[in-house]
Amino acid sequence: MTFKKTLLATLVGASLTLPMAALAQDVNGDGKDVTLRVAYDADPVSLDIHEQLSGGILQLSHLVFDPLVRWTQDFTFEPRLATDWEQVDDTTMRLHLRQGVKFHSGNPFTAKDVVWTVDRLKRSPDFKAIFEPIESAEAVDDHTVDIHTKRPYPLLLNLATYIFPMDSEFYSGTTEAGKDKGEIVKNGNSFASRHESGTGPYRVTARQQGVKVEFERFDDYWDKDSPGNVDHIVMTPISENATRVAALLSGDVDFIAPVPPNDLERVRADKNVKLVTMSGTRIITLQMNEKRVEAFKDARVRQAIAYAVNQEAIADRLMKGFATPAAQLSPKGYSGHNPNLEPRYDLEKAKQLMKDAGYEDGFSITMMAPNNRYVNDAQIAQAVAAMLARINIKVDLKTLPKAQYWGEFDDRAADIMMIGWHADTEDSANFYQYLTECPDPDTGAGQYNSGNYCNPELDKLVEKANLETDRDKRAKMLQAVEKGLYDDAAFIPLHWQDLAWAAKNEVQIKPVLNVMNFPYLGDVVVEQD
Amino acid sequence: MIAFLIKRLFHALLVMFVISVVSFAIQDNLGDPIQQMVGQSVPESERAELREELGLNDPFLVQYLRFAENALHFDFGYSYFYNEPTTDVIMRHLPATLELVFATTLLIILLSVPIGVYSAIRPRAWLSRLFMGVSIVGISIPVFLTAIVLIQIFAIGIHVSLFPADTAWGAWLNDLLSTSGGMPAYGRGDVTHVFGTWDTNFASLSRLTYLVLPAISLASIMLPLFIRLIRAEMMEVLQSEYIKFAKAKGISMRRIYFLHALKNTMLPVITVGGVQIGTLVAYTILTETVFQWPGVGLMFLDAIQRSDIPLIVTYLMVVGLIFVITNTLVDLIYGLVNPTVKLTGKPA
Repeated sequence: MTFKKTLLATLVGASLTLPMAALAQDVNGDGKDVTLRVAYDADPVSLDIHEQLSGGILQLSHLVFDPLVRWTQDFTFEPRLATDWEQVDDTTMRLHLRQGVKFHSGNPFTAKDVVWTVDRLKRSPDFKAIFEPIESAEAVDDHTVDIHTKRPYPLLLNLATYIFPMDSEFYSGTTEAGKDKGEIVKNGNSFASRHESGTGPYRVTARQQGVKVEFERFDDYWDKDSPGNVDHIVMTPISENATRVAALLSGDVDFIAPVPPNDLERVRADKNVKLVTMSGTRIITLQMNEKRVEAFKDARVRQAIAYAVNQEAIADRLMKGFATPAAQLSPKGYSGHNPNLEPRYDLEKAKQLMKDAGYEDGFSITMMAPNNRYVNDAQIAQAVAAMLARINIKVDLKTLPKAQYWGEFDDRAADIMMIGWHADTEDSANFYQYLTECPDPDTGAGQYNSGNYCNPELDKLVEKANLETDRDKRAKMLQAVEKGLYDDAAFIPLHWQDLAWAAKNEVQIKPVLNVMNFPYLGDVVVEQD
Repeated sequence: MIAFLIKRLFHALLVMFVISVVSFAIQDNLGDPIQQMVGQSVPESERAELREELGLNDPFLVQYLRFAENALHFDFGYSYFYNEPTTDVIMRHLPATLELVFATTLLIILLSVPIGVYSAIRPRAWLSRLFMGVSIVGISIPVFLTAIVLIQIFAIGIHVSLFPADTAWGAWLNDLLSTSGGMPAYGRGDVTHVFGTWDTNFASLSRLTYLVLPAISLASIMLPLFIRLIRAEMMEVLQSEYIKFAKAKGISMRRIYFLHALKNTMLPVITVGGVQIGTLVAYTILTETVFQWPGVGLMFLDAIQRSDIPLIVTYLMVVGLIFVITNTLVDLIYGLVNPTVKLTGKPA
């Protein structure tokens, strides 16, 4: 192609795209076209909502699909595609489905879609672990579904927040290449990773991975009561913290998440934007490896460390108030949250306990933490190392990028390791299952318990709680577990990371945010002047 | 000429071979790609299965030979994150980077030649001293900081209230120093499709604004270097015998400066320039990160964070190829500009 031709092509291309500027149009028929430009730190890895269990995928799920029920801001359940439900017997729950709901493809939503979706979830490598308690789903009639569990299971509704019915007809059959449309492929080009048909408020109109995803309001969205007035959403990943904030402050985008702690003041001070923060549910902890260090087998040494670490100082000074100091795993609102447990910083007591245990002169240990996974993770580890030096524990600290850190974590490569955890089920038992139960490679219990802390009695209590369908009784049991872990100093809890979002003043984000960090953008209102 | 090109082709193959071996050898230190692909609650058995499926358990040599065999068929593997052939991913991101590099090069050429020549001809003028002073500052500030400062001033805007606003001069100074922002802070905006994977920002003025800040910050490193290079070369040339002779002959100064002296000044500048354009592609990593410019630099940084090994290896090989190509082009151009140079290395 000669230069002239190239120039010509460029000009033709330019004139062709000019009318495209008028493409944005009012979709929901309120007389105005509203576009919301969103910048998150990462974009969803796939359109297949069962390919990965991650925050990004769940945020996408709430845009393009609808769950059976969803969480409200105060941890109760709001009916979505399931309108009401009842317990039929110990192991069966009957859900009544919403009528007149349509998928993006035009297919009607029925019970068979729910059955199909549950089956698919049980096949997904990422979701099958949390869907293990479910035996099967069974369509009673077109709008009634029975979900059978293997044993009495108290968290069925928690799981229902993860059931985003997919269009079974749309995802059935084979592609031109002869592949099953419903297959879940981690590292490949599956039909579901490129196409979607959900019941959600938005359809995906264009997607360029790593660059942007464009959404358009779905004409036939069932929820006519939704206050949401946004016709188009353009979602751009901006991984660089400073750039994401700059994009909001300069007016290039309307809504960003997360807001980095270092920029909180800057965002708060700006008159054109508003900041919303909430105490989060991700707990940051340190685990003391009893297999590697003899002294950690002694509960008094662990307690001494628990007394020596000043959570309030870390949350206050290091995190600039952008964290809630923790003395347990369960955040407020979780059934296992024990209100009596408070951070217990007391240096004198810590020294006394070290003396009692015969380690007055201290010892040397190694410690590892990621340096780009959690907010201020490396600095937190340094602060803890300095605090431990005061009870004569000399810490050799190494911090690594997350891509390398998790390999070291799996190898249990240091005496103290940092891990943050968010309970996928929004329930305390999930914490114990992964972080504090006796490690057992066969059942997967204690998969992330790098401390090898093991207390069979507490494990039994958790097991019992997991069969208890009475919520109050169950909460008491879980709180007892939390107390047991605290007394034993099974690990060092540090804090729950806070969450922060920011948006232009016109965008009413507060009502659609929650601690799960799934903004319900279908309901977001942008004020019009 | 043909012999030279064939030699360079082998050169390129050798470079790419070495790069592929080295990047393969370090992949164990880049982290576990499985960790990036699955959620945290996925059991170890599932992970092991996936690892086996991707062939990550095979010994180094087996993995490398498998890669090399496919690479000989121009198949460089699939990106773990994009689920597409790595070459497709790179081809999609490359135009953005090339446009940025092109705009930057244009900026450098248009500014460095006149400024360099001026400050060589009038080394003692205050304007020359100002240029030299600013260029020192430009060289010493990291691209990252330049970019952030540019964003703050021209995209977000700054409000200066240093001077008393109730006096006329104070208000005037405040207004003078404040900026209202308005330039795009990130990304490419809506681009115009040309053909294939090439979308351009050059099609209209409003789209061109997206290029301005990234191009300036990318140029901030190279521009001072070129100004100083051109100035030094020009000053040296102006001392040479043939210039003195031309002066003695009574040729107009303008003709001496811009015809006779400039030609010889540009010879070393072309060599350095060619190499630096290759380096520029590497510098885009920082600029693209700050401006969220969807080019190969940003893609590469993301790939490292995701341990997307096939993409990392392919990117490094492509960059190696770009270096070889630019160097070959520079040598060819050099031969055109200075016919005394023989490409094949035979004595003249």
